[in-house]
Amino acid sequence: MTFVIVVGIASSSSADDIGNAEKGREIFQKCAACHQIGQDAKNRVGPHLNSLFGRAAGGVVDYTKYSKGMSRAGADGLKWDLASLDAYIENPKALVSDTRMNFRGIKDKTDRDDLLAFLRFYSDNPANIPEAQPTAIAPEVALAPEILAIVGDTEYGEYLSSECKTCHQSDGTDKGIPSITGWPVDDFVVAMHAYKIKIRPHPVMQLMAGRLSDEEIAALAAYFSEL
Amino acid sequence: MKLTRRSFIGTTAAATLAAPYVHAGGHGRPKVVVIGGGAGGATAARYIAKDSKGEIDVTLVEPSRSYYTCFFSNLYLGGFRSLDSIAHSYGTLASAYGINVVHDWAVGIDRDARTVTLAGGTSLNYDRLILSPGIDFVDGSVPGWDVSTQNAMPHAYKAGSQTELLKAQIEAMPQGGTFAMVAPPNPYRCPPGPYERVSMIAHKLKAENPTAKILIVDPKEKFSKQALFEEGWNTNYAGMIERIGPDFGADKVSVDAGAMTVTIDGNVEKVDVCNVIPAMKAGRICEIAGITEGNWAPVNGHTMQSRIDENIHVLGDASAQGDMPKSGFSANSQAKVAAMAVRGALTGSKVFPAKFSNTCWSLIDTDNGVKVGATYQATDEKIAKVDGFVSQTGEDAALRKATYEESIGWYSGITSDMFG
Ligand SMILES: Cc1cc2nc3c(=O)[nH]c(=O)nc-3n(C[C@H](O)[C@H](O)[C@H](O)COP(=O)(O)OP(=O)(O)OC[C@H]3O[C@@H](n4cnc5c(N)ncnc54)[C@H](O)[C@@H]3O)c2cc1C
Ligand code: HEC
Ligand code: HEC
Repeated sequence: MTFVIVVGIASSSSADDIGNAEKGREIFQKCAACHQIGQDAKNRVGPHLNSLFGRAAGGVVDYTKYSKGMSRAGADGLKWDLASLDAYIENPKALVSDTRMNFRGIKDKTDRDDLLAFLRFYSDNPANIPEAQPTAIAPEVALAPEILAIVGDTEYGEYLSSECKTCHQSDGTDKGIPSITGWPVDDFVVAMHAYKIKIRPHPVMQLMAGRLSDEEIAALAAYFSEL
Repeated sequence: MKLTRRSFIGTTAAATLAAPYVHAGGHGRPKVVVIGGGAGGATAARYIAKDSKGEIDVTLVEPSRSYYTCFFSNLYLGGFRSLDSIAHSYGTLASAYGINVVHDWAVGIDRDARTVTLAGGTSLNYDRLILSPGIDFVDGSVPGWDVSTQNAMPHAYKAGSQTELLKAQIEAMPQGGTFAMVAPPNPYRCPPGPYERVSMIAHKLKAENPTAKILIVDPKEKFSKQALFEEGWNTNYAGMIERIGPDFGADKVSVDAGAMTVTIDGNVEKVDVCNVIPAMKAGRICEIAGITEGNWAPVNGHTMQSRIDENIHVLGDASAQGDMPKSGFSANSQAKVAAMAVRGALTGSKVFPAKFSNTCWSLIDTDNGVKVGATYQATDEKIAKVDGFVSQTGEDAALRKATYEESIGWYSGITSDMFG
């Protein structure tokens, strides 16, 4: 069996929850004078923008030209996410008053949404960027069809799930650890395999998923989808 | 393939579990008695009642009406949680799961007759007994300290009034006073617990009594997450915390609760608050049951059955199982394996191979959380570690904050997994 890592932009409706990534690609031309993104992107006037979401502000180590304000904001805990990026792109100075980014900002909300959808695609874990329900998140790992075809044994899933419920609550409550109930089976399977092959970074989840077989993941997906 | 509830799964089931379904008197519902309504016991009672859907009669014996979790009790000391927020009651276990909750102490166990005697005089029959009584302290492990001095020198290693008392004593310390902790020798409940506590007390003192000192008298050479704690103490509480290890006589420590002194290898230190965390052993009821070897109760990792009596399962801190640390997470994890094994033995439900895991989070300072975790599996000798991870020194603030937030999610998750 094989894993195929998808590297094209998810077309369909999945990205629409923030904006239209294809339109965002055009809007990115405004940024391209200073920033690169995608495979082999390098730092230019500004830092490369790969893996932006979840990155600490001022977090590209080999980019040495950050303003003081940007570095400080990063040390204070400013993290790039939809809200902070939206604010920064709308008016860079509103977030970091002495920013070196010499750019007026984009006032049009739809344009920003489209751009964010485009930028989001080049981040490590699009699925972890909270902007919508898990159902709307594009699967980032394409699994061999036979893995997705495994029909999970829900009774086995129920036993295995007891291990998960120390952290993930059965009623879907999220107090710092995400809800994993009621997901479509395929999304769940894909997410678990993404931890298993360490595309997703979280060490606890890598350990959890790392020792589950394909059948066990299918069993868990079947069980949790029905909760 | 969909198997029915009463069949055994051929490929994965541990064959050792396929015991006949014997139960008390051979009539009525099989009976399970659980002693101790903590991380192990409450979880086991809930899972057996929930998953057997009424086929098993579950009685939970626990003296307290409110269970104060030890986990997050250090956060209460640091001012990050209220005492109420770490208190849990047994109401839902009784009302939603039909568990017979009896607030009493178990004082005797007759293994041949399979009965438990309670302090109030009641006698309970069981087909399977689950013991999760947590820890008791080893008499004489810190000369000068015993339970009669625990109000002068609190241990606060069972949460509730002891924790409250310790906090009040810290608040009453004179400016520039000394807080001493006598740390326990291995093995003990929650390996990072004493050091998280020091962090939380330092956090509190930094704000309220910045010239105060913290002295840790530690009989161990090394301790859990040491590099992470020491890094955190240096950056956040520079100059406040001093730790004396066995190389400087910390293994030869005694206390005097009247004089409020700690004597370390002959040197007398006058202190203002003294938190004595003595050496630990399995909760006394294990000894009464006659299932201990040394200080702990040895178990078979496949099922958490006592190695001395297979009608008894021992969970959590009291058990000697192998590689898992004594933590709430571990006790909860073990409880699920035992619950499955008990159901399998009493009702013939499916039994799957045991899997265990543990993660322990510690808070060093505001939004500065670290964690250590591992997965485990049962072998014939012991529960053996498979793989693990630990937070790194030098992690960025955002990650530390995320780790702390995750621990809040875990607390909420495990307490609803225990109490419904
Ligand atoms: C300061 C501190 C911090 C901690 N932090 C963490 C943490 O962050 N994460 C973590 O996973 N773990 C943590 N722990 C460890 C955790 O609290 C214990 O490992 C866990 O509670 C063990 O569960 P247990 O079921 O074995 O015992 P307990 O939870 O202690 O439960 C035992 C219960 O049995 C009852 N009992 C005892 N004897 C009898 C009897 N004879 N009859 C009837 N009832 C009886 C007691 O009243 C008690 O309620 C911490 C511990 C401490 C002290
Ligand atoms: C004129 C050059 C220029 C243009 C145009 C520009 N940027 Fe920037 N950008 C920079 C510079 C320089 C920095 C570093 C800012 C600092 O340190 O204050 C930066 C920083 C950033 C950061 C923070 C990166 C990090 O790792 O902290 C983001 C996000 C960003 N830009 C996004 C954009 C987007 C999106 C656009 C297009 C809408 C854009 N920028 C347009 C120069 C530019
Ligand atoms: C020790 C606590 C813990 C346990 C046990 C645990 N998880 Fe997780 N899980 C987390 C955390 C924390 C995250 C968020 C990780 C991240 O940021 O990538 C997460 C994320 C997830 C996600 C992705 C959620 C999302 O929104 O993208 C899935 C799916 C998941 N876990 C499934 C499971 C399953 C199945 C189990 C049991 C086999 C399990 N988890 C056990 C803590 C845990």
